[in-house]
Amino acid sequence: MSWTVVLVLSLGAFALKVFGFVIIGDRKFPPQVEAVIALIPAALLCALIMKDTFTAGHDLQIDARAVGLVVAVLGVWRKVPVWLVIVLACVATGITRAIS
Amino acid sequence: MDAHNEHAHEGVNYDGIVGPAVALGFAVFIFAISFGVSCVNAGGSVPKAMAMSLLVFTGASQFSVVSVIAAGGTAVSAVVGALLLGSRNAIYGVAVAPWLPGSLKYRVAAAHFTIDETTGMTLVQNSPERKRRAFWVTAASIYGFWNVGTLIGALVGNSFDTQKYGLDVAFPAAFVAMVAPLLATRKAQLAGIGGAVVCLATTPFLPIGAPIVMSAVVALIALVPAQRKSRNS
Repeated sequence: MSWTVVLVLSLGAFALKVFGFVIIGDRKFPPQVEAVIALIPAALLCALIMKDTFTAGHDLQIDARAVGLVVAVLGVWRKVPVWLVIVLACVATGITRAIS
Repeated sequence: MDAHNEHAHEGVNYDGIVGPAVALGFAVFIFAISFGVSCVNAGGSVPKAMAMSLLVFTGASQFSVVSVIAAGGTAVSAVVGALLLGSRNAIYGVAVAPWLPGSLKYRVAAAHFTIDETTGMTLVQNSPERKRRAFWVTAASIYGFWNVGTLIGALVGNSFDTQKYGLDVAFPAAFVAMVAPLLATRKAQLAGIGGAVVCLATTPFLPIGAPIVMSAVVALIALVPAQRKSRNS
């Protein structure tokens, strides 16, 4: 990871925050724009979950990570505290790797 | 207004602000440690991990950029995906700005702390004074926990075999926790499923990282009128 990535992301993230808070301010985004932006996190986070669990490079694969994901989904569904969800998911995948 | 309001001393009332702000901070602390560990394992360094948490300061975007780069994605796709995720902070800014009036310097500073947690805590308060307080107390808590957690994670990160302990699952597990509260509406659920499908379907042939950027296109379903559903069935 280069410093360029770190700095461009820093500036970009800050610019987005300032754009909403200071530039747009008490005016409003058009409702359509707001509705689309509001849905982006759901789409992107689910995509990231798929990528981190079921892909390796350009290949799709099911491995020990899937066990951790199942544990995470169950944990979140059962309202287990977030820190414990992460720990349990990691442990589940680690154990699966150790015995397989 | 209730004349017998228990919160008569509103100027100094932090009830129901500090507790939740610290609880949120603790949850963020765990995310931050995972971030620090994964960032140094993805070829980052302690200064880079710290620069991200101090300057980028929007968790999901930071996780996203590390996740894409760790997988071998290009810097451009990593940054574009992360910025798309960060675009919601612009909406949050519009939502909290009316409660945080002040000089340009003050508002630019406040903008840096406008993220999920501070926005949520601000909007649920019932008076302008409490909103302003909740924003800054939550900002201090999250910023502190996030950066201390990142530092701890980054310092111990290199001594971990992330594969062995299953730590590579910390990111998807964290993403599950982040996305769950967002899936409250039908459209958000469709966006989530759509994003997942687009990612898996395009992974074999798009450059690494690009499927994440592509998945954001699914958010355009927000423009489909709700009545369409009945016409389709």
